[in-house]
Amino acid sequence: MGLLLLLPPSYLLIRSLEAPGVAGAVLLAPGTWAAAGRTLLLAAAVGAASSALGLPLAWLTLHTNLPRRRLWLVLVALPLVLPSYISAWLFAAALGPRGLLWQGIGPALGLSRLPSVYGFWGAFIVLTLCAYPYSLLVIRAAWTRLDGSLEAAGRSLGLGPWACFRRVTWPQLRPAVAGGALLAALYVLRDFGAVAIMRYDTLARVIYLAYGSAFDRHTAAVLGLLLVAMALGLVSLERGASRRARLHRAGSHGGRPIAPVALGPWRPVALACCAALTALAVVLPLGILSHWLLRGLAAGERLSGLWPALRGSVTAAALATVLTLVAALPGAWLTVRRPGHRARLLGRLSWTGQALPPLVVALALVFASTRLLPALYQTLPLLLLAYVILFLPEAGSSLQTALRQIHPALGEAARTLGRRPTAVFRTVTLPLARPGLAAAAALVFLTCLRELPATLILSPAGFSTLSISIWSAVSEAYFARAALPALVLVAVSAPPLAWLSLRGEA
Amino acid sequence: MIISRRAAGFLAGAVLLLAACATPSGAPATDPADPSTAAGGATADATGSTDSADPASTSTDPSAQAPLTGDDAKLIVYSGRKESLIGPLIERFEAETGIQVDMRWGDTAPLAATLMEEGQASPADVFFAQDPGGLGAVEGLLAPLSPAILDRVPAAFRDPAGHWVGVSSRSRVVVYNTQTVKPQEIPADLDGFTDPVWKGRIGWAPTNASFQAMVTAMRKLQGEEQTRAWLAGMMANEPVAYESNAPVVAAVGAGEVEIGLVNHYYLHRFLVEEGEGFSARNHFMTGGGPGAMVLVSGAGILQTAAHKAAAERFIAFLVSDEAQRFFVTESWEYPVATGVDGPADLPPLAALKSPALPLADLADLQGTIDLLRQTGVLP
Repeated sequence: MGLLLLLPPSYLLIRSLEAPGVAGAVLLAPGTWAAAGRTLLLAAAVGAASSALGLPLAWLTLHTNLPRRRLWLVLVALPLVLPSYISAWLFAAALGPRGLLWQGIGPALGLSRLPSVYGFWGAFIVLTLCAYPYSLLVIRAAWTRLDGSLEAAGRSLGLGPWACFRRVTWPQLRPAVAGGALLAALYVLRDFGAVAIMRYDTLARVIYLAYGSAFDRHTAAVLGLLLVAMALGLVSLERGASRRARLHRAGSHGGRPIAPVALGPWRPVALACCAALTALAVVLPLGILSHWLLRGLAAGERLSGLWPALRGSVTAAALATVLTLVAALPGAWLTVRRPGHRARLLGRLSWTGQALPPLVVALALVFASTRLLPALYQTLPLLLLAYVILFLPEAGSSLQTALRQIHPALGEAARTLGRRPTAVFRTVTLPLARPGLAAAAALVFLTCLRELPATLILSPAGFSTLSISIWSAVSEAYFARAALPALVLVAVSAPPLAWLSLRGEA
Repeated sequence: MIISRRAAGFLAGAVLLLAACATPSGAPATDPADPSTAAGGATADATGSTDSADPASTSTDPSAQAPLTGDDAKLIVYSGRKESLIGPLIERFEAETGIQVDMRWGDTAPLAATLMEEGQASPADVFFAQDPGGLGAVEGLLAPLSPAILDRVPAAFRDPAGHWVGVSSRSRVVVYNTQTVKPQEIPADLDGFTDPVWKGRIGWAPTNASFQAMVTAMRKLQGEEQTRAWLAGMMANEPVAYESNAPVVAAVGAGEVEIGLVNHYYLHRFLVEEGEGFSARNHFMTGGGPGAMVLVSGAGILQTAAHKAAAERFIAFLVSDEAQRFFVTESWEYPVATGVDGPADLPPLAALKSPALPLADLADLQGTIDLLRQTGVLP
C-alpha cells in the first residue's frame, strides 16, 4: 500500500531531479509563489465554507424535525457527482455577466450586464458547491453515532442548547469537521476544471498549463512536489485538530439516541435555506442541462448510445469503491489503534494522492506500469489502482472517525471470549463502523463517477464513462449531447446515495 | 514532519527503484535489453516492410485493399479530437475495413504527455491530434508516412519531415456579436485590436493551442519585438481570457464580450443548437497576417506501432475523399486533400488571406510560451 502511494511523489521527484536547473528557476519565480498563495487562499476559504455549510446541514438532516429530511440530504449531497468543470460551465452560463439570469432580469432592470462571476469569487462559489458534500457526509456520519446521553447530561446540568453544543457536542465532532474541511481543501488543491473556467490561476492550473502548452514535464513535476508539500502542511493542521480526540463510549448501543430538536418557528427558515442551496447547487445545473437537451432535440440533434458509458461508469465506480474501502481500513485502523511513526507516515502519504491533480497521478502510473508491469497497463485494474490512490483519503477520513467512536474494550472483550481477530473485526468492528463505512462508500462512489483526467489516460482502450461522454461533447460545443449523460449521471447516483445514507443512519 | 529512520530508508529505496527504471522516454532509441521494446520494434519493422512492398497500399481507398485479419485487423488510436465529433467516422472506417479500432479519447496535450511517458512501451498505433503542437512534441516517436498518404495533401498541410499529415484545416477568425459590432468596424488585421476603442470588448483563449500557433506565426512573420508590443497592447485593452474556443464563442453570442479571436468552426455548433438567432458571426480577416492563419489537425503513426498496416489504412482513410467530406459536413472544417470542396457557406480556402508560412516555423512553441508568460498573458 505504502509503495503504491509513494508512486506519484517518487515520479515527481525523478522528473524534477532530471532537470535541477528547472527546479531552482521554478521555485525562485515570484509567479510560482503567487500561484501557491492563491491556491492556499482558495483552499482555506473553500474548506471553511464547506464546514460552515456541512455542519448545519448535517444537523438539520439528522437531529431535527425538518420535514423530509432524508430527501433533503440526498438533494444537498448530489452536487458531489457533477464534475467541477461542468458545474463551473453551468454556473457561468447561468450567472455570468450576460448569462441566463441577466437574460431574465437584466434588460428589465436596465442593467447592461451583471457583475463578473470570474476570478476568486467564482472559483470559490463553484468549488464550495462541489466540495461541501464532503463535509456534510463526513460530519453526518460522525454525528449519527454520538451518544445522546452526554448531551442529555449536559442539559440536565444546566447548560443551554448552545453551550451544550459548544462544550459537549463540538469536541466530539471536531475531528470530523476537520476531516471534511481537509477533504474540501485538498479538492481545491487538485482541481483543474473549475479554476480554468473561472480563471483563477491555482498551482493545479499552472501544472496543467505546463503539460498542456509547453509539454514541460519538469516544471510540472516541481510544481507537483510543491502541491504535495502544501498538502502535507494542511494534513498536519488537521491532525492538530483531531489529535487526542477520544470519541468512544462504553457500550455498543448503550448510548441514548439524540432527541430530535423541534425547529418550531425556525422550520420554514431551515426549509428555505435547504431549498435555496438545492436551487443553486442542483436545480440550476439540472435546469440548464435540461434546457440544452430540449433545445438540441428540437433542433434535430441525434443522441447516441449511452449504455456503454453508463455501464463503464457504474462498473468502475462500484469496483473502485469496494477496493478503496478495503485498502483504507488497515490504514485507518493503524492510525486509530496503533498510532506511531508507521501509521503517521502511511496516513500522511495517503493524503498526497488527494492533493495532486489526477493528471499527475495518472502520468505517474503510466510511467511506472509501462516500465515495471507492462501487462497491467491500460487495463481496468490499473485504472482502479489510480482511483484507490486518488480516493483513499475520502474513505480514510470517514473510517477513522468511525473507528474512533468504537471503544477498544469491545474488541478486547470479544477476544477474551475466544473470538479470533478476523472474526472480531467482522462481527464487532465492522457493524459498529457502519455509518462511517456507508459515508465512505458514498463519497468514493460519487467522486469516482465524476473523475475525468485519470480516467481519460488510464482507462482501457474502448472503455467509456459518462464523465468522458460529457467532456467529449461539451468541449466541442455539442451541448445537447453533453446534457443527456450529465442528467443520467445525476439520476444514477441518487439511489446509491439515498441507500447509503439510510444504511448509515439505521 | 517527523519521519522515522526506517521510513526514510523505505522512501529512498522506492525512489531509487523507480529511478532505475527511468529511461529517457522522449528519446526514440530502442533499448535492446528491454524485451518488450525489442519485440514491439521487430513486429513493427516486419509489418512495415511487407506493407511498403504491397502495391495496394498506395491506394487511398481503404476498402479497395485486401482485408486484414486476426491481430492485424486491430488498431489503437490516441485521439485529441473528440468522440462527439469523429465517433461516426471511426464507425464507418470499422465497417468498411473490418478493422477493430480502440480509441483513447483525450485532450491533445495530455495525450502527448502520455505518449512521452510511455516511450517505447506505448501501445498506441496512431496519434490523431487537434493541432500540430501536439504532434511536434512527440515527433521523435513518430515514423515516416508513406508517400501515397503524404501526396494526398499539399506540402503546406503536412510535416516537412513526413512524420505526420494534416487531416482537416480551420481558419483563425474574429467572431463578433451581431448586435453590437458591424463587420466593417472590425480591423483588417490583428494590430487594429490594440486600439483603445476595443478596451474591455475582446475575448480570447490564450491557453488554446490554436491561439498559441497564431502567436508563433506572428513572431515568425513580424518578429519577436513587434509580437511583444502587440501582446502588451492587447493586455492594455484588458481582454477576457476564456478556457477554450467554445466558451469564447458562447460569450460573444451572449454579449459578454463583443469580439473573440477563435477558430472558425465552433460557431457552426452554436448555430445548429441555438438556431440562426444566435447573435454571433465569423469575420475572416481581410488584411491577412497571423489573424487569418489556416491551421491543421493531423495524424501520425508511432514507430512502435504493433498494427502498422492497419494504421496506414486508417490515415489513408482520414485523407480519403469520404473522410474529407465528413469533416466538411459534420465539423464545418476545410478539407486538406486536393479535389474536395470546402463547406458551401464559407469563403473558399483559396480566398482566405492565410500567410504563407512553412509548418516547420510553427514548431517553436516554447518561445511563444515564454513570451506569453513574460507579457503576463499566461500565468
